[in-house]
Amino acid sequence: MGRVGKRTFVYEHRPAIRGWASIAGPKEGQGPLGHTFDAVSEDDLWGQPSWEKGESEMLRQCVEKCLEKSGVALSSVQAVLCGDLLNQIISSSFAARALGAPFLGLYGACSTMIEALLIGGALVDGGYLSNAVCAASSHFSTAERQYRFPLEMGCQRPPSSQWTVTASGSMLLDGEDRDSLAVLTHGTMGRVVDYQITDANHMGAAMAPAVADTIQGHFSDMGREMRDYDLIATGDLGHIGRELLIELLTRRGIAVDQERLIDCGDSIFSKAQNDVNAGGSGCGCVASVLCGWLMRRMEEGELHRMLLVGSGALMSTTSSQQGESIPGIAHAVVIERRKR
Amino acid sequence: MSDQQKFKEYDQMVKRMTPNSQYFQGFVRAFWVGGLICVLGQLISMAGEYWLHLDQSGVSMFTSIVLVFLGTTLTGLGIYDRIGCYAGAGSVVPITGFANSVAAPALEFRREGMILGLGAKLFQIAGPVLVYGIGSSVVAGVIYWIIVRWF
Repeated sequence: MGRVGKRTFVYEHRPAIRGWASIAGPKEGQGPLGHTFDAVSEDDLWGQPSWEKGESEMLRQCVEKCLEKSGVALSSVQAVLCGDLLNQIISSSFAARALGAPFLGLYGACSTMIEALLIGGALVDGGYLSNAVCAASSHFSTAERQYRFPLEMGCQRPPSSQWTVTASGSMLLDGEDRDSLAVLTHGTMGRVVDYQITDANHMGAAMAPAVADTIQGHFSDMGREMRDYDLIATGDLGHIGRELLIELLTRRGIAVDQERLIDCGDSIFSKAQNDVNAGGSGCGCVASVLCGWLMRRMEEGELHRMLLVGSGALMSTTSSQQGESIPGIAHAVVIERRKR
Repeated sequence: MSDQQKFKEYDQMVKRMTPNSQYFQGFVRAFWVGGLICVLGQLISMAGEYWLHLDQSGVSMFTSIVLVFLGTTLTGLGIYDRIGCYAGAGSVVPITGFANSVAAPALEFRREGMILGLGAKLFQIAGPVLVYGIGSSVVAGVIYWIIVRWF
């Protein structure tokens, strides 16, 4: 076994999700999910002299918090799989430098957290690692200066734009833990899908086709449908992208139960919050919502099986300036509550 | 269905489901904030004429200097970006917006050093305005010269 259909991993030994943690910045803390994060910092620099160092420090603290909650010492971590949005994923590699554990850096834009779980799950399930930390982070101020304008620049954002979330999330997978709350059961790899969207202010539209493709691929590989899941959480399409996804899935003949389909970018902010427009985005969005709100709901017994679909827009400022369209990707993993 | 058709159909779907910017609200806000900045400029130039007894070119220089100073100071205090968020073009087009577009990268990139950070990135946004502003004024000057000389 190990695989089913065209692109879905079956984790036969069902790696345990031993612990998880999330940290968010002030704006996210004021949002509707503010109370679900393990820590909300009032200081979005985390005491550091630059935004980049601040993001890296947030990520490091998040991994340490996850280990503390799992009762595992840093010295026994066998690998950290992690990524972020910055050029050469510096937030992750600098956090990994401070952590000192073996490190696999990943880039999947906003899908990074799910990509980390997908690969980490395979490595743990295959016996190459007995545990692995999977994490991701993003920071509004570092992303903004890299992808758009300096922070103090006074310009407006269109209604389709999304606000990069300042947050990080971290999960510890453990191949030997037999009494964890939840386990990883399957993972579906995404394909790069490009429907020729060129508007860098409309990430939801650029990524929705990739998400639809992965969900469809997952359902057909697994022989499942939407009602087999208590929740399908996408990240981060925002509310416009979510609507587009619903329409795309419906057109492909997939019955959509809107109650069971949420988007992390749509959930993390309230529409009344200043300038968030279509919702949140960034690697830290799906990571912190998963390691905060969603795992809490699983802990409370409200969710038993969920499908997480992380989506990333794989463009750079260079490709956008050269007029290239925005390719999207989406990876998916299934998390199940252990029956007790 | 061919790929092109599929993309076109998707593009229409995206257009249909994406809300437009609120143009009327935007126009009103840009009008009153932009207008207010212009009134402020007019007051500054009248003050220069009245109290400092400046001549016409002195007055326009004085007005520009004061407005650039105000734009830069408000950027440094973190206020101008909020005005910009509200007023859009109303605060981008006047010279205070130009000051903002130079001061904002200066603040943002000074951590990368005085030369490669601040020095290199200072005109990141204003640079194209300068290049094409100066470039087009040279072209206009040459045309003007040709017309005056030969016609």
